[in-house]
Amino acid sequence: MRTGLDIGSTTIKCVVLDDQNNIVFSVYERHFSHITEKCIEILKRISHEVLHEEPCYLAVSGSAGMGMAEACGIPFVQEVYADRVAAGRLNPETDCIIELGGEDAKILFLTNGLEVRMNGSCAGGTGAFIDQMATLLKMQPDEMDQAALQAERTYTIASRCGVFAKSDIQPLINQGASSADIAASIYQAVVNQTIAGLAQGRKITGNILYLGGPMTFSRCLRSSFDRTLNIKGICPENSLYYVALGAAYYADTISDPRELLARIEAYGRKAVFASLPPLFNDREEYWKFHLRHAKACVSRVPFTEDCGTIHIGIDSGSTTIKIAAADENKNLLFTDYRPNNGNPVPIVREILMSLYEKYPGIRIGSVTATGYGEELMKHAFRCDFGVVETTAHFLAARHFMPDVDFIIDIGGQDMKCFKIEDGAISDIFLNEACSSGCGSFLQTFAEAMEMNVEEFAMQGLFARHPVDLGSRCTVFMNSSVKQAQKDGASLDCISAGLSISVVKNALYKVIRASSADQLGMNIVVQGGTFYNEAVLRAFEQEIGRNVVRPDIAGLMGAYGAALYGMERSSGESSVLSYEELKDFTHKVQNTTCQGCGNHCQLTINTFSGTGRFISGNRCEKPVTGKSGDQSLNLYAVKLDMLKKYTGDEGEAVNGTIGIPLCLNMYELLPFWHTLFRHLGFKVICSPLSNRTIYQSGQGTIPSDTVCFPAKMSHGHIAVLAAEKPDAIFYPCMSYNFDEHLGDNHYNCPVVAYYPEVLADNCGELDSVRFIYEYLNLQNRSHFTSHFPKILKQYFPSLRTKDIRKAVNAAYAEYEDHMNKVRLKGAEIISEARRRGMHIIVLAGRPYHIDPEINHGIDRLISRQPAAIITEDSVSHLTEKFPTSVLNQWTYHSRLYAAAKYCTQNPDTDLIQLVSFGCGLDAVTTDEVREILQDGGKLYTQLKIDEITNLGAVNIRIRSLFSALQERKERE
Amino acid sequence: MMEYMTPDFTQEMAATHTILIPNMAPVQFSLLQAALDSEGYHTVLLSSGSSEAARLGLKYVHNDTCYPALVVIGQFLEALDSGEYDLEHTALMITQTGGGCRASNYLKLLRKALVKSGYGYIPVISVNFSGLEKNSSLHFTPELARKVFAAVEYGDELSALRNQVRPYESNEGDTEKLTGQWIRTITQWTKDGTNYKKRREIINNFERIAESYSRIPVRHENKIKVGIVGEIYVKFSPIGNNNLLAFLESQGCEVNLPGLMGFLEYSIANTEIDYKLYGGKWYIGLGAETALNYLDAATTAMNDAMRKYGFTAPGRFRELMKKPEGILHLGAKMGEGWLLTAEMVELIESGFTNIVCAQPFGCLPNHIAGKGVMSRIRSLYPEANITAVDYDASSSRVNQENRIKLMLSVAAEKLNGNKPAESY
Repeated sequence: MRTGLDIGSTTIKCVVLDDQNNIVFSVYERHFSHITEKCIEILKRISHEVLHEEPCYLAVSGSAGMGMAEACGIPFVQEVYADRVAAGRLNPETDCIIELGGEDAKILFLTNGLEVRMNGSCAGGTGAFIDQMATLLKMQPDEMDQAALQAERTYTIASRCGVFAKSDIQPLINQGASSADIAASIYQAVVNQTIAGLAQGRKITGNILYLGGPMTFSRCLRSSFDRTLNIKGICPENSLYYVALGAAYYADTISDPRELLARIEAYGRKAVFASLPPLFNDREEYWKFHLRHAKACVSRVPFTEDCGTIHIGIDSGSTTIKIAAADENKNLLFTDYRPNNGNPVPIVREILMSLYEKYPGIRIGSVTATGYGEELMKHAFRCDFGVVETTAHFLAARHFMPDVDFIIDIGGQDMKCFKIEDGAISDIFLNEACSSGCGSFLQTFAEAMEMNVEEFAMQGLFARHPVDLGSRCTVFMNSSVKQAQKDGASLDCISAGLSISVVKNALYKVIRASSADQLGMNIVVQGGTFYNEAVLRAFEQEIGRNVVRPDIAGLMGAYGAALYGMERSSGESSVLSYEELKDFTHKVQNTTCQGCGNHCQLTINTFSGTGRFISGNRCEKPVTGKSGDQSLNLYAVKLDMLKKYTGDEGEAVNGTIGIPLCLNMYELLPFWHTLFRHLGFKVICSPLSNRTIYQSGQGTIPSDTVCFPAKMSHGHIAVLAAEKPDAIFYPCMSYNFDEHLGDNHYNCPVVAYYPEVLADNCGELDSVRFIYEYLNLQNRSHFTSHFPKILKQYFPSLRTKDIRKAVNAAYAEYEDHMNKVRLKGAEIISEARRRGMHIIVLAGRPYHIDPEINHGIDRLISRQPAAIITEDSVSHLTEKFPTSVLNQWTYHSRLYAAAKYCTQNPDTDLIQLVSFGCGLDAVTTDEVREILQDGGKLYTQLKIDEITNLGAVNIRIRSLFSALQERKERE
Repeated sequence: MMEYMTPDFTQEMAATHTILIPNMAPVQFSLLQAALDSEGYHTVLLSSGSSEAARLGLKYVHNDTCYPALVVIGQFLEALDSGEYDLEHTALMITQTGGGCRASNYLKLLRKALVKSGYGYIPVISVNFSGLEKNSSLHFTPELARKVFAAVEYGDELSALRNQVRPYESNEGDTEKLTGQWIRTITQWTKDGTNYKKRREIINNFERIAESYSRIPVRHENKIKVGIVGEIYVKFSPIGNNNLLAFLESQGCEVNLPGLMGFLEYSIANTEIDYKLYGGKWYIGLGAETALNYLDAATTAMNDAMRKYGFTAPGRFRELMKKPEGILHLGAKMGEGWLLTAEMVELIESGFTNIVCAQPFGCLPNHIAGKGVMSRIRSLYPEANITAVDYDASSSRVNQENRIKLMLSVAAEKLNGNKPAESY
């Protein structure tokens, strides 16, 4: 007999084979982190029922089984390898295996060079991801599969990791996209992720085997793979058990199950993992803590018709709807808190109607909306005011602690922190897509353990050894939890560890605080997550200071909105009356705007009586029919300036040159275009990026953690190569121009050498000549004499004299172009000043003007309204100054200079665009923030990636403008 | 804008201050310590990596900064907190490559962390060859420079030999014992000021050392041969790479960890290459060429000595520079740049077809010279079995080891003549 045991991240699988290798026993169960217990249970069962206490060949496989196997001296086989062993026996004709597990994705190429690939540590889970998404859609995984079969269309969902995808799906749910379509989009996202992350340019063809839980259970997932890869894969019998089967086949030592059991039991008793001090030493400490927090409560009075004028706040969040009503003395009368089920409108209607019904004499003084759904609420119900949620939260916190100087709000999806100075918000920290999911992460984890989140958190309160899970994004936490499970950590220790992680994430990743004093003296914590006492306690422990948690921690936005309305109320609210609500109808229609390349997903809400409301748009075009005036948006202007080069191809006297419009080409195109045109080349430039271009190159990206602008360049090469130019020109450049703003003038490693990556990975370049020489434009005299030699290697008929001339023209054109940018910047500044508009330096890199990379954020900002200029249009206006970081990259020196410029101009503020995965911005962001803060300015950072949640971006932008407005009012 | 400044390290401080150095490569750094101490410095190597150090690193350094910065700065802060050092007389030493990668910024990030954690009065010494931090850098006298180079050479040889013998030794502990003896002997030489100057003397020692390792009784068996390349810190440092070398040996592998001198030579070669590509002052180009030839002669002698006694050793550095041809240009010089690619090719060609490419999570140069070149290397060398492993403060060991085991499974199969392996 042979036994194979596969202990994965979420499930345990076991098979027993008889001597003819027939499966005589198999089991597939979730282990809920109780790995050793589950293992013992199963082994006992098979030992007794199947093996009849006889020894057998046995081996263990699976990521969660590694530690145990090692410690207990059980033969171990790596799981991917086990797959291969099993497939070799059962399906010897297989060319390629695609296996999705709880948290891993794997591709095995078996023929033409054995290669095995596993997802990177950042690529997130797959099975767990699908589960998470199903939870979000309020479905069981099998229901989701069913639903997906009915889909009519798919949406683009970030395929990079679960956290990103979640923030794409939430707005879709909110916008009322059909769950069938969303479900199908989720499966497609998994497919895209697997291909982009693992195939890395190698084509998946031949006989394909689909293995693992998600592949076995979801028809739609398999058909998505079939469709995308244009193949017909098979999901064999026992597809769940291949790893276990492989382990069984491979087992080469005979073990006595009873003896193994003894060893595993002994192992289970001596758990070792990195642990932290407990949250509470004893019950008494807990009660003291509990009672202290019970005191922070808002004054309430019974809600009757005699309460006088009341003010209502509606906080329409991403997943929930919260409503609070207060009387003129700020006493809380009424609250409501419930999930929005993806459509908050009918829920709010119902609540408002029930208020009218219960209290017919009610006098409503104001209704104020806040949160993601603010505009929707305002339009649907004719609310009096809208307030950005940061301000609402601040107003509520101030009610509890008048001298509050720091507020942290951890909700289900987002985390908001703000510093208060002189009674106004002085600094805002919002979580980036990568560290989000805080509250909902705990929830998802609890659900995976089949508990509710309160129950799960309670488990941790008295854990003796909370697991140290670090402070990274949830995906990392998943694998840290896996590690802890492997090391035998019990559920209470994991629960406590997760709560502590949430806090560390907030403190060290979002706020980047190095000490409690940096936060403030008077801290208010709020948001639903802080109802969780383990998180609350962990927060106090981590900062070493007591904080105030209001009893309405989860309703602060709604309460604050009510207070906001109270201050501004004219006495009578414009909100829909009972009759109007009764007749109220709401229709939702989804469409894609074709107005420009952004292709915004529009949601058109039609309300009876209150008209139409369009959401999802970045600009005014779908509303007013014409796009907003972009003459004061230097991003748009710069993009327009490039048309001169992309539109002018010229005649092919000496041949055709292709230039990919990516990374530093956004700045150097004028140079190279001019140079080649002068030499009689037809110059084909790749078009502005779009989603299709990106997808045409995503299969050749070798590193899934490189920044999106770099990934984008693969698509540009694919598009250019299809045009069959004589050569594609994209030089490597260690050095940039020296603008005398820093100590050196490097390019970042990715910008400098990305052509090398393209050369090594883009198969398209096998058939086109690719010129990616190492060039340095800074040393003009050397370049002028050196470049002709290089170019003549490729085009021997060119004359040195002509090349030199062309080089001179190129330098002149580049200078002219840069001057134009600066001049245009100056024009915009003076025009904005004339009109009294605020000016925003949207600071990034040259390639951030690409609309596919910036997602139209420039337009979003210009709607505030504000004039937008670029970092390179003002960086020349300051002198080099000392910085606390080594200032050695040209593009980055501009950021520091632009920040400095802002501190010298009261009407100018800076928003920094940061591409996810940009290593250098780990250095620049802190520095830019400090330069701005030293100059008394606010710092705002927008992290952007393949896909960006514009809802969060909008809140950030509006918070900034609201804080600026407040500052202005006080001055 | 304030610049986070800590006091400059003056030459007078050499006599009064204890200098803390993060230990990167255990063998080489213990000899480097001896070199510094013999020139009048008093140094301490920080070799432990506790969770407290990691916590301090995460607290005071931007969490998206590369892992080595987090580890090293955390180590420093932990040491300063420990109470073991007279803080009025303690200085910190850190390297700066001056290249276009983030690593050049570690020193500035360290200063910032020091100021923020209340240690703004601790001087920081920069070790660099690029003219950075002129007022606070380690002053390389000709004496010190020669001792440092000798230390790196001897260290590279010891660790190369140790790695080749240890997995096969008949009596467990023989190799470590011999390595320990040599470290003591060389430390004594350095103290006495002998055996680092004369070329002949050094070459003799290379041979003596190689000969002594060849006398360790070994078993003859076929082991999986694994090379380690990567970002310099996580490649070498057991703290940075979760004890990768020991892990691989525990899995029954022979490990080849290309030496530290390669990185120094690479840095010098880049000056020469830059001159060829972009022009500049001719004497700088010439100087680099001369220095490189000098070092290359020494490493070549060392490698010859090892080969003479039957050990594997790489070829000349000038040969190594040809390896990336057709894969990556020598102009790619940020971080480990082309050296990383060159080492992979060199390893594959010398039979170490299984490779762990270790890098900090999100390492920029490795997008290019590591992950970026792998598919090309695989197509040129179908036998190559490379796995890229990311290291950072929270990435879990189980994830890393799982990947490595996968690579080893494939390796074992190949070792068995392409039959599915019976172990791993």
